[in-house]
Amino acid sequence: MTAPWLPDEAPQIYAITHNRDVVSIRQTIRVLAQRCRLSLVDQTKMITAASELARNTLVYGGGGAVKAGLVEKDGRRGIAALFEDSGPGIADVNLAMTDGWTSGSGLGLGLSGARRLVDEFDLVTEVGVGTTVTVIKWAR
Amino acid sequence: MTDVGGSHVAEQGTAVELVGLLSVEGRDVAGEWVKQVAGTLKGRVSVAELSRELGELHEALVQALGQGAADVHDEQMSEVRALLTELSRNRARQGFSPTETAVGVFALKQVLEPVLQDGTSEEIRAFGRLSRVLDGLGLFTIETYTQTREELISAQAEQLMELSTPVVRLWDGVIAVPLVGTLDSARTQVVMEKLLQALVETGSEQAIIDITGVPAVDTQVAQHLLKTIVAARLMGAECTVSGIRPQIAQTIVALGIEFDGIVTKASLADALKLALRKSGVEMVARKAGQL
Ligand SMILES: Nc1ncnc2c1ncn2[C@@H]1O[C@H](COP(=O)(O)OP(=O)(O)OP(=O)(O)O)[C@@H](O)[C@H]1O
Ligand SMILES: [Mg+2]
Repeated sequence: MTAPWLPDEAPQIYAITHNRDVVSIRQTIRVLAQRCRLSLVDQTKMITAASELARNTLVYGGGGAVKAGLVEKDGRRGIAALFEDSGPGIADVNLAMTDGWTSGSGLGLGLSGARRLVDEFDLVTEVGVGTTVTVIKWAR
Repeated sequence: MTDVGGSHVAEQGTAVELVGLLSVEGRDVAGEWVKQVAGTLKGRVSVAELSRELGELHEALVQALGQGAADVHDEQMSEVRALLTELSRNRARQGFSPTETAVGVFALKQVLEPVLQDGTSEEIRAFGRLSRVLDGLGLFTIETYTQTREELISAQAEQLMELSTPVVRLWDGVIAVPLVGTLDSARTQVVMEKLLQALVETGSEQAIIDITGVPAVDTQVAQHLLKTIVAARLMGAECTVSGIRPQIAQTIVALGIEFDGIVTKASLADALKLALRKSGVEMVARKAGQL
């Protein structure tokens, strides 16, 4: 999935290499979400999805980056975030997307939950190459 | 004079020249140094204090150079390093800038600079070497300064974390933690540990975790919450989670987190009422006019 970034405003890239980066990404997403006038519920959902994906990038992907910004399609505005790492990749995507499945010690709800929290969700992964997850939330 | 060994005759010559620059007959180099630095600090460090600091430094430097030290990291420089460390730490704590701190070292170069005009060619060469030594000392000062600042900042961050997570006693046997702000893993862990500890210390059987001030709850925060509640239960205490706002409730549901078996209340007040009732306290509204 290629995100339809706003033509006059390039998305920004933020590194995800420390726990504190996860916190600051939540804040960045909040600012973007307020700018495209997401409802409070949708803001919270998008922030939480970003928090999950950023932490996966950090914990399982061994760190990476997120590209985030505003998007527009058919006259609708939204916010998109693309999480990218060059970690081990996910061998069994269906398993990883299963509620409650974790290879670590989490709840196993981050990936599957994030998909339910956003409007568009796209996961591209290749073992030994890395993982990219793109999410979009549209303003209503 | 310490034994510098036969093969070090040339170095010994150098040492004598360097020391010569710093201790000139009829000239108070340390005093001039103090004056120079005092000018840049504009009275924020007393002249007496500066005299002590720089006097000691001057003495240690002369001694180190006399023993053949040529670099800040040399063995003979250990006393100089110790004094510089103390100086940089003090300046960092007192809020001086890195420039104001390093100038304490670099000012000595300025004091000695006239040698470039009226010195012998040996003295000029010695000044060049001494300059390099002083540059090393200046950089060392900045490094120590930065390190101290970083320590201060992380200590403050820790204090803030402690401060921002108070466990309060609401009633005999009832404690509460009002969580405010973004929760990262470290902070959530601190709060939860403090809560469990407070349960023991106060002998409470009711704990309220109020999340009214939390903007988002993700799986990690939820997991910490759930673990704490289970741990509290094992300790014979009951937890109530209050202040779950609508947007948080909807997010938790969409994520698929199950709060089954966990008591939740809309507000801290409701949670307190429940906790009091469970600990056997009865509240009766008094009729108007009745004492
Ligand atoms: N970027 C990634 N690179 C490699 N593996 C990943 C990545 N993201 C997720 N995974 C794998 O998918 C599994 C499920 O992820 P998910 O986020 O759903 O659960 P979790 O992170 O284990 O727990 P939590 O509920 O705390 O998020 C992970 O345990 C991990 O094995
Ligand atoms: Mg996860």
